[in-house]
Amino acid sequence: MTRDKVDLSFFLNGQRREVKLDPMLRLSETLREEFGFTGVKVGCDAGDCGACTVLLDGRQVCACLVPTARINDSSVVTAEGMAGNGFLSRVQHAFLRHAAVQCGACIPGMLAAATDIAASQHHPTREAVMHGLGGVLCRCTGYQNIVAAIMDAGQDPSPIEMPDGPAIGVSLPRTDAIDKLTGAANFGADAMPENTLWLRAVRSPHAAARFTIGKLDDLYVQHPGLHKILTAADIPGNKCFGIYPDLKDQPVFAIDQIRYPGEAVLALVGERDALAAISDDDLPIVYEPLDRIVGMADARIKGARQLHAASPGNLLIEAALRKGEGAVENHPHTATGRWTTGFVEHAYLEPEAGFAQRVDDRLHIYVTTQTPYMDRDEVALIMGLEPEQVRIIPAVCGGGFGGKLDQSVQPMLALAAWTLADLDRPVACVYSRPESMAASTKRHPAQIDARFACDAEGRLQAMEMTADFDTGAYASWGPTVAGRVPVHGSGPYHLPNAHIQARAYYSNNPPSGAFRGFGVPQIALAHEALMDDLAEQVNMDPLEFRLKNALRAGDHTATGQLLTASAGLDQCLQALRPHWHAALEAVAKHNEQNTILRRGVGLGCMWYGCGNTGMSNPSQVRVTLSADGRIILYNGAVDIGQGSFTIMRQICADGLGLPVAMIDQVTGDTDLTPDAGKTSASRQTYVTGKATELAALDLRQQILRLANADEHAVISISDGIVRIGETAVALSRLAADEDGVVLCGEGTFDPPATALDENGQGEPYGTYAFAAQMAMVEVDVELGTTKVTRIVAAHDVGKAINPAQVEGQIQGGIAQGLGLALMEEYLPGRTENLHDYLIPTVGDMPPIEVILVEDPDPNGPQGAKGVGEPGLVPTAPAILAAIKSATGVRVHQVPATPDRLRAAILNQRDLGRQT
Amino acid sequence: MANYIRPIELPDALAALAERKFFVLAGATDFYPAQVGRVTDHDILDLGGVEALAGIERQGDYWRIGAMATWRDLVDADLPPCFAGLKQAARQVGGPQIQNTATIAGNLCNASPAADGVPPLLCLAAEIEFQDQAGVHVLPLSEFILGNRRTALRPDQVLTAILVPTLLEQGRAGFAKLGARSSLVISIVMVAGLLQLDEQGRVANANLAVGACSEVAQRLALLEAELIGQSDLSSVVRPEHFSHLSPLDDHRGTAAYRLDAAATITKRLLQDLSS
Ligand SMILES: Cc1cc2nc3c(=O)[nH]c(=O)nc-3n(C[C@H](O)[C@H](O)[C@H](O)COP(=O)(O)OP(=O)(O)OC[C@H]3O[C@@H](n4cnc5c(N)ncnc54)[C@H](O)[C@@H]3O)c2cc1C
Ligand code: FES
Ligand code: FES
Repeated sequence: MTRDKVDLSFFLNGQRREVKLDPMLRLSETLREEFGFTGVKVGCDAGDCGACTVLLDGRQVCACLVPTARINDSSVVTAEGMAGNGFLSRVQHAFLRHAAVQCGACIPGMLAAATDIAASQHHPTREAVMHGLGGVLCRCTGYQNIVAAIMDAGQDPSPIEMPDGPAIGVSLPRTDAIDKLTGAANFGADAMPENTLWLRAVRSPHAAARFTIGKLDDLYVQHPGLHKILTAADIPGNKCFGIYPDLKDQPVFAIDQIRYPGEAVLALVGERDALAAISDDDLPIVYEPLDRIVGMADARIKGARQLHAASPGNLLIEAALRKGEGAVENHPHTATGRWTTGFVEHAYLEPEAGFAQRVDDRLHIYVTTQTPYMDRDEVALIMGLEPEQVRIIPAVCGGGFGGKLDQSVQPMLALAAWTLADLDRPVACVYSRPESMAASTKRHPAQIDARFACDAEGRLQAMEMTADFDTGAYASWGPTVAGRVPVHGSGPYHLPNAHIQARAYYSNNPPSGAFRGFGVPQIALAHEALMDDLAEQVNMDPLEFRLKNALRAGDHTATGQLLTASAGLDQCLQALRPHWHAALEAVAKHNEQNTILRRGVGLGCMWYGCGNTGMSNPSQVRVTLSADGRIILYNGAVDIGQGSFTIMRQICADGLGLPVAMIDQVTGDTDLTPDAGKTSASRQTYVTGKATELAALDLRQQILRLANADEHAVISISDGIVRIGETAVALSRLAADEDGVVLCGEGTFDPPATALDENGQGEPYGTYAFAAQMAMVEVDVELGTTKVTRIVAAHDVGKAINPAQVEGQIQGGIAQGLGLALMEEYLPGRTENLHDYLIPTVGDMPPIEVILVEDPDPNGPQGAKGVGEPGLVPTAPAILAAIKSATGVRVHQVPATPDRLRAAILNQRDLGRQT
Repeated sequence: MANYIRPIELPDALAALAERKFFVLAGATDFYPAQVGRVTDHDILDLGGVEALAGIERQGDYWRIGAMATWRDLVDADLPPCFAGLKQAARQVGGPQIQNTATIAGNLCNASPAADGVPPLLCLAAEIEFQDQAGVHVLPLSEFILGNRRTALRPDQVLTAILVPTLLEQGRAGFAKLGARSSLVISIVMVAGLLQLDEQGRVANANLAVGACSEVAQRLALLEAELIGQSDLSSVVRPEHFSHLSPLDDHRGTAAYRLDAAATITKRLLQDLSS
């Protein structure tokens, strides 16, 4: 519905405008669509995320909550208007210097809030910054560098030098930082073609139902702008998709049956206004609700309704590990417990978005994704096309964390663009926040029973674990979780005997998929709490207990894998030791005087295999030298904010022995770049990084051969001449291919790994990351509230290619771990917005100190391993241990919300009174 | 086609409302979130242009908070001590962007059980001034909000000002909000208080109100009465003082927890205000 436009006069990014505009259109929409300022991001349209924050007369406001009419006689500034004469503003420059940008989706909003703060105070206090940023969420950074940047924004910007020498180990700014700071970066929803058609999915309000779709013809008559209603019947190829070739069980559009609330039933394709005028209630879909399988307990009941024909007992998968015959009972000290966790939402700031276009007999899909090649192959199967007929062009990705590893808009858009070929128009789709939350995958809820045993000296002897997971309506990455859990169930400790079982059950819940850590964060809650319990039993300090049992090079893991190198838990714990002792002392001193605000400190450790579990997962990279002297890195590793575009450049530069500024890059387009696999499993730095190093070395060798030079020769390239030591070669003399390429280096790396046998034995990963974190908390025992006051995180990353980025990954992981511990629980049908589903705000984050331990991996590029997921894993265990230290209460269910913690505290007091 | 009007004079607004139904728009922060994924097809009367509704000022025996005054305006205004609680509430409504645009009046009209403005204004014995073509009406806040999302306002009426009597001006006021995170959070429980102490530091008058524990925030009449003449205030608080509340059990907190927390927060607030 439109309104009469009104005359408005205002300044927009310094320019005076007099325009007729729709008075009630959200200012965010007006800025994006009328003026093309797509730096204004839309994360929720409800004031909950702050991504749309702009300056209105110098004050921060949510553009999604401002009627366009309100800008009359006012001035509006967006990220696009902050830089002047080609120079970043002070605030923008401070963000660049402080590595405050990751995915970038929150950054324009952050900049508006920051500019408001900086305008009123030249050197704002930490408190002022925290208050001023309280209305903008960031899911990537843990806010640390953003706060530091704003506090430092009064400084004069100093130029950032690019190193001439080695680039590895230098905290270079991200290659895409400036685009993200100036609003130029195009995310999934930012580059919609002018003449595009739109697509809207219609989703089931029921969790479990049979349904029929009635006659649709009338709708076309009533709504001339409606061009097509797509259902499962329209799909030419596979009607279902899924991560595993033998488990493609998730329909693009539901077929007869609804299995979770928010499942797509059909899609409307047409002109935008026409779609808006159709309400879901206008559609002739008749649902016949079925009994809902609410969770694992329901799914396992004998005689429970079976959700998938191929899965009796609703059991998707079962995986086990068996090492040694020794049982837990045979040892003097045992500790036992059960832990439960709920669904967790990725809550990337950028909802799913993209567009597809048919180009002759091919499909081009521009989309926000973590995995262009899997998208290509999946879309091809669904459309009955050859993979080469599908081109995926990844948009700048506004956060993924595992949630953009599954199909979202891709298949629907592909089908629409293909089916409506005669209209010859692209088709676009942007999920609303509630749609994104209802439709997308979640972290698996878990129920974990675990027991660990040690001898009188505190040496771990045996462990058992049964971990059950709610995989929701469809398989998605459920098998990956079931695969990772047995490997990691022992924790990062040496155990002669380990018996672990992992099972995943279907239910009428959103599909549980990949989420930073694939089940490992859940089981870490169990093994870490039990380490503390055993340490207490044998009267050892929890840090020394862990140190005694830490996996080290030379040890065999629970899968029987010999760790030959790069197992740095020992060093991580040593690095924490002084902090730990100081914290213990501070906490004890405080608690002597305080019975209500109790402080505590706790530890969490983890290990994490980098790459796929017991499976091949190669990456290929190409580096070329052109006749004009350009070096181009063809990098297929999608940067979802974690920084792979920058890191690969650094590795490439050092492999070639050339300055990093010389490396141009072509990134992640399935037509242009070789397959670098998916951005998940903490694999890109390690796997694609290694492939990049190999490709760069290959090209270097070819260059050296031009002069028969030895491998230490210095290379330089300028003015079309390559100099190798004393020798100069004109590139024009070399044969060039049709793209002008004279030399091409190639690199492929597949981490050494073997499949696991029926006892879960084998060598599932090429390398493991290790970490130990310490959390300090203050618990208000009368209210059950927990404030995390400090985190120290020691991580063995092999080699920090870009230390600032590594720290950023860890800080961001910690924020998500804190959310998991204290506030995040997705309730299907009830918390499908960022108002009810809470993620940490700036004020929830404590100062974080990161300690980088570099125990190099012999295979990784310059020794590097992955760090994407490890940051998150130890945090929740450390926080729960700190709560125990503060209150004496062991929390067995996360999130430890105030009401749950208060109930547990009261419960413990009752027990205390009875005994 | 939907309508949009932006009157400059209040009588024009009232005349329009007398004629037909409009959605009355103030800061729009409750309006837009209810429209996510929907077309906003309401006929809108935008109060943004009505000068007479802006500002916060003293008029005779009342402080007058104009209907278009934002939370930020309130924080920035130079006000007597009794407003300390309302100011603390203002700094905790949503985040800075919300505070910069949302109005206090809108918070009352929206009448959410968790509206942070209501308990402090109940303690201030605020009255609500609203107008229609027939004239000006005034109701105590406690009679203005009738239930969850229900007020005494008819569709042809506009809230014009919140009136706070100057009688209590020098009282000590405070506000405490309990939420599950640090900002951008809906209260699990919030408590506001306003105390008058005599020379000996004993309570001469106590106004206390609890929000998010009933459909509409409630005063704690029994406790208020028992506090009179007392100086060790926190020891007075007993569970019975909260027995007239009927909190919800939901994902933000259980009912039992809300009552328990309300008592704790009340105790602490009294301690703060009397020290
Ligand atoms: C992200 C976010 C966080 C929030 N956090 C909080 C919070 O912490 N605490 C809290 O209490 N609230 C919170 N809110 C709710 C909201 O901001 C407040 O209720 C706000 O004060 C409403 O004011 P407004 O001017 O925006 O109202 P509007 O949205 O403009 O209007 C709200 C309602 O009041 C009516 N109305 C407004 N003014 C008048 C008038 N003068 N006459 C007649 N009718 C009128 C409107 O018709 C509408 O029904 C939050 C909202 C968002 C989006
Ligand atoms: S889009 Fe405006 S606050 Fe989220
Ligand atoms: S960088 Fe803040 S949300 Fe990604």
